[in-house]
Amino acid sequence: MDDMESGIVKKFMFVNRKAPYGTVYALEVLEMVLISAAFDQDVHLAFLDDGVLQIKKGQTPAGIGTKNFSPTYRALEGYDIEKLYVEAESLAERGLTEDDLLVDVEVISRAEMGKLMADMDVVLTA
Amino acid sequence: MKFAVLVNEGPYNHQAADSAFQFCKAALDKGHEIFRVFFYYDGVNNATSLGQPPSDDRNVTKNWQKLAEENKVDLVVCVAAGLRRGITESNLASGFRISGLGQLIEAGIHADRLVTFGD
Repeated sequence: MDDMESGIVKKFMFVNRKAPYGTVYALEVLEMVLISAAFDQDVHLAFLDDGVLQIKKGQTPAGIGTKNFSPTYRALEGYDIEKLYVEAESLAERGLTEDDLLVDVEVISRAEMGKLMADMDVVLTA
Repeated sequence: MKFAVLVNEGPYNHQAADSAFQFCKAALDKGHEIFRVFFYYDGVNNATSLGQPPSDDRNVTKNWQKLAEENKVDLVVCVAAGLRRGITESNLASGFRISGLGQLIEAGIHADRLVTFGD
């Protein structure tokens, strides 16, 4: 894939807005994120709305017959994906704090999140 | 303008695929380029050769095929999402090809705009 060597570096943002279980979106966004790591782009992850639940500690979905893929978020660092942003309002609305999260993130306000998104080249949401 | 399009929902259950198709048609009519259409999540079901909607309804898969044939549009189905949902080479509609998610990232890099259709 010579396009990995294209030399173009864009700001990509993957926006996670859905709960980790109940639909497949969270899992398949994560698959997109992992592939993007191979392209040397400037990758950002945003977690807002129910998406903040994707990185909550202590997930045990065995009871609903689905795989716990939350450890994968901890592996992102190994792929040099370290720009993780969580929206403060979404955490607060769900009674969560930064201490409830699996990974190191930057908690930013809704207004800051909007500014950050506006600065991106490619925004992918699910 | 060079557009890439991401289709995240299956046909008929959701209007996203129809809207994506109409968008592509309108963009091409205006002289823009469609760099690639990428099908992900349930969107991979747009590429089944087995769908038989009633004859008085539109055929979403055929719409894509016609678009690809007339305008040389690259229609790419995600291999992992396809395998999960039973879309393989054996039931892939002609005009579509199966490839990896890298094709989507590449489209994001090379297109001026990546437009998403879905929830």
